[in-house]
Amino acid sequence: MVQMSESPGEASFYARTGRYRWAIAEWMMSTDHKRIGVMYLGAILSFFSVGVVLGFLIRLSLLDPGWLMGAQTYNEFFTVHGVIQIFLFIIPGIPVAFGNIFLPILIGAQDVAFPRINRLSWWLYVTGALIVLLSLFIKGSPPDTGWTFYAPYSIRTPANISTAVLGVFVLGFSSILTGLNFVTTIHRMRAPGMRWFRMPAFPWTLYATGWVQMLATPVLAITLLFIVLGRFFGVGFFDPSKGGDPILYEHLFWMYSHPAVYIMVLPAMGIISEIVPVFSRRALFGYVAVCMSALGIAIVGYAVWGHHMFTSGMSDTARVIFSFITFLVAVPSGVKIFNWVATLYKGSISLDAPLLFACSFIFTFSIGGLTGLIIGSLAPNLHLHGTYFIVGHFHYVMFGGAGISILAGLHYWFPKITGRMYSERYARIGWLNFFVGFHILYFSMFVLGFQGMPRRYFDYPPQYHTGHAVSTMGSWFLALGLVIIFGNLLYGIFRGQRAPANPWGGKTLEWTIPSPPPPENFREIPVITRGAYHYEDEEVREAP
Amino acid sequence: MSTQTGHIDAAGKKMGMWFFLFTEILFFGGMFLLYSIFRYKYAQDFHNAAAEENIVLGTVNTAILLTSSLCIALSISAIRRGERFFSSWLQLVTIVMGVAFLVIKYFEWMAKIDIGIYPDSPVLLKMGGGQTLFFGLYYVMTGLHGLHVLVGCVVIAFMMHFTMKQTINRGNVARLENTGLYWHFVDIVWIYLYPLFYLIT
Repeated sequence: MVQMSESPGEASFYARTGRYRWAIAEWMMSTDHKRIGVMYLGAILSFFSVGVVLGFLIRLSLLDPGWLMGAQTYNEFFTVHGVIQIFLFIIPGIPVAFGNIFLPILIGAQDVAFPRINRLSWWLYVTGALIVLLSLFIKGSPPDTGWTFYAPYSIRTPANISTAVLGVFVLGFSSILTGLNFVTTIHRMRAPGMRWFRMPAFPWTLYATGWVQMLATPVLAITLLFIVLGRFFGVGFFDPSKGGDPILYEHLFWMYSHPAVYIMVLPAMGIISEIVPVFSRRALFGYVAVCMSALGIAIVGYAVWGHHMFTSGMSDTARVIFSFITFLVAVPSGVKIFNWVATLYKGSISLDAPLLFACSFIFTFSIGGLTGLIIGSLAPNLHLHGTYFIVGHFHYVMFGGAGISILAGLHYWFPKITGRMYSERYARIGWLNFFVGFHILYFSMFVLGFQGMPRRYFDYPPQYHTGHAVSTMGSWFLALGLVIIFGNLLYGIFRGQRAPANPWGGKTLEWTIPSPPPPENFREIPVITRGAYHYEDEEVREAP
Repeated sequence: MSTQTGHIDAAGKKMGMWFFLFTEILFFGGMFLLYSIFRYKYAQDFHNAAAEENIVLGTVNTAILLTSSLCIALSISAIRRGERFFSSWLQLVTIVMGVAFLVIKYFEWMAKIDIGIYPDSPVLLKMGGGQTLFFGLYYVMTGLHGLHVLVGCVVIAFMMHFTMKQTINRGNVARLENTGLYWHFVDIVWIYLYPLFYLIT
């Protein structure tokens, strides 16, 4: 493949097209997947920051319950923290930001299959986000149900549930349209010669994710609609006093929300699968297995929702079956972990910031996954389900999995998106603070949970104070790390050195075009003649 | 196999539409799931409650919707043969039938509301859990289905406009075909709703 050098002066996709008078209108009306992706990226990172601040304050309050906020405020804080981080940040997260920017480029296309639907889903995202935020500021109190909106409390509480739920409903539409768009794009828009098994791993995971988005999100939409109908019209599907069944809500909710875990984690695994080969100069080990395991996770992921409800009231048969299938998810996940490690093995590793984050992903996600097996088995689950162990596990998987991989992807693709480099030194310092803080913060939760500290509680007996104090101190390191990481990246955007087209020596298509890419991505549609990770010729050339 | 911008990828459009219909199936699937669970739990109540339904109007509506589905299918065949006016006339008939369906639905709902059967009504709450759920499902499912019919009518109106403007023509029927797919989907949902609410007595 010929490496095109950057021709200075060539217009990037940031350049004004002059179609609208104001830049903001030009961006909001744009159908360019890269612009939409960049806007998404800005939006999700802003919401992430808000969510982090809320989480930070929750931890601060737990240092000495009551000194910072009252019990009701605490409930609202952890609800809004969850709603923002889950529905506004991590579920749209990787597909809408990195997927939008890089999916068409990685498969050699000029845009997604339905550019205008892509824009529509961005508008819907903005609308949904605004509606969710509205629920915080309009009359009445912010949502206080936890991010799961469990019935019947969500139908009875006077807080602004309807507004928040309506916002999430709209966000769901946005997610469905993105998934639909990506799956169609991958089916129809691949460059000549880009066979299925020549696609890089990231499009593969986006493909699996797209299917989950399409086939799970509508269930959430209808479930949330029932909550709204229950509140406005008194339709009591989940209200026992009207013959309904609150457990049914949990079933419907988790029927979506468990697959949603894979909406968050699958593309994260895709990013890691891109980074590891580049920084170890080796082809992705077991490429086909890695791609297929993404589909495997997506399929098995549909049949495990019951493990969220082992203590909610289910028959023993159902619980045993759900527990068993939960263990099956570990198989394709393990396939990925082992293949990444095998890719690193005997590689020519350069431990730059993206790989540092990628390796932390492998480490933290393994802990998250293995603790998932502990709570996936019935007996420990009964003991641990209502405790901080779940909070720890959840954050290890979500933040330590999807969150860290977003950080990894940010550093990996930063030169391509912005056309600038960041400071490697500060990226590492930030990473160190983040990584240490992360494990102090969330590992303490496993210990607390084992000791029996119930989750969602505002207050606790004195014996848990040490655990909470340690955990809170971890959050300070983590926050400091994030400040350094994002400070460094922001500085890089404005003051960083100009980035070459291919700073890491990557082999996938995005590195063959200038940084930042021109509006049409490719001047000529590339013709693909081999797989995505052909580092073997490099090894031959460099051999003595 | 691969296509790029510049020409219209009809197969891609149709694929997107099918994906959209999958999501619609899942959306209604949630409701059918509730229906089956509640009916299993309250079989006798459902049986009694369904006696309140007006089977004549339900049957008429079924006939109307099925015929409208035929019309939209014919309009696609017509445009394929280049008969623009006949095609848009058939689309108009489809819209009229869709509206007729909604009007009949309106009278059905009103008749029920008049005798005090609507969600959270005192009459309904006195009837007990099973019947409350039956009518709750009835209003929610036919309501959301009606909403889909309404959206369909608006979309078909746009298609009529495009057909007359000849941006939908013999060589470019993808949009009309997709609209037809959507309309058939709405029709199929009703084919399930009809026995589940009217014929289970």
